[in-house]
Amino acid sequence: MSDQSADHFSHHIRRYLFVFYALLFGTLITVAASYIPFGNRAMNIAVALVIAICKASLVGCYFMHLISERKMIYFILAFTTFFFAGLMFLTLWSFSDPPWHTVTH
Amino acid sequence: MDIPYTVEARPDTGLYNAKVGIWLFLASEVMLFGALFSTYILLRVGAPEGFWPHGWLNIPVGTVNTLVLITSSITTVMAWASLKMNQFGRFKFFHACTLCLALTFVGIKSYEYHDKFMHYEITLKDGRIADGHLVKRTADQVVISGHYVEDRKELFDLRAGGPPHEHTEITIPQAQIKKMENYGPWHTTYLAIYFTLTGLHALHVIGGAIVIGFLWGPGSKLWKTDPDRFTNRIEISGLFWHFVDLVWIFLFPVLYLL
Repeated sequence: MSDQSADHFSHHIRRYLFVFYALLFGTLITVAASYIPFGNRAMNIAVALVIAICKASLVGCYFMHLISERKMIYFILAFTTFFFAGLMFLTLWSFSDPPWHTVTH
Repeated sequence: MDIPYTVEARPDTGLYNAKVGIWLFLASEVMLFGALFSTYILLRVGAPEGFWPHGWLNIPVGTVNTLVLITSSITTVMAWASLKMNQFGRFKFFHACTLCLALTFVGIKSYEYHDKFMHYEITLKDGRIADGHLVKRTADQVVISGHYVEDRKELFDLRAGGPPHEHTEITIPQAQIKKMENYGPWHTTYLAIYFTLTGLHALHVIGGAIVIGFLWGPGSKLWKTDPDRFTNRIEISGLFWHFVDLVWIFLFPVLYLL
């Protein structure tokens, strides 16, 4: 292992530690935000999901190295995102088109 | 016969084969958990007003488990970085930490499951409802540590801000009991989706821990003969582990906090 490579990885390790602290902080913020009444529950859900998406992005980009991956991986993820978004869209769409005789509350 | 592209990149993908394989697998996992999250949304939106539980799970315990899993993610990536820096001893240390943290996570989850299975809602023949943790059960009577409620709705939102129920030891003769059910997956749709999502996630943690344990123990012999290939194996198992962490990042607020 050359000194250059060791230096290169020590730079990466500093970045991993920064992400780790950000994730710890994000977790505490998520818990604290759940105790704050933002007006209605939908707003609380939105805040929690935004924090979760930020945390997930940090894990994906830095721990899973998606910030500097090959095109092939992005290609696979683009398909995954498309189908996942489609699944969620169908779920939400179903609320406006319930089957007959559905009991709604 | 040598397996091709275990270390060197395939010319067409630019990656070694296992990396393409794990990402395809993770793509299928996104759809698996996505289907269950979709189920959660349907159940939650379809629940009658005031009948979706809040505060049924222990938030401090869930927070600690989240911190445990996040810490295991950094130890995993540090283990891989240690191999890249040719420091096998450091790799052993960090991977052992990951394994211990994985077992801690499963232990805490088991405690939470046990707590739910010991928690009972008892409907009496006079219409009252007793709710609490089982202390003793005999042929004649049931003893719980809990409280009475007149309306079942009072049991659903425990974070509503009202005065907390005082828990006392309640003895109920078996003859007065109309229905007795613990907080297992059969109790409500919330608990059904809670046990399904967290159970599936826990199976992933256990599966990941087995792989990490193998690579830490007997599997680590490969380091002596083919260090690059071993490092790639650690990267692949790490990608799976980070995905498990990523799923929990969404599960925790959705099930514990909202």
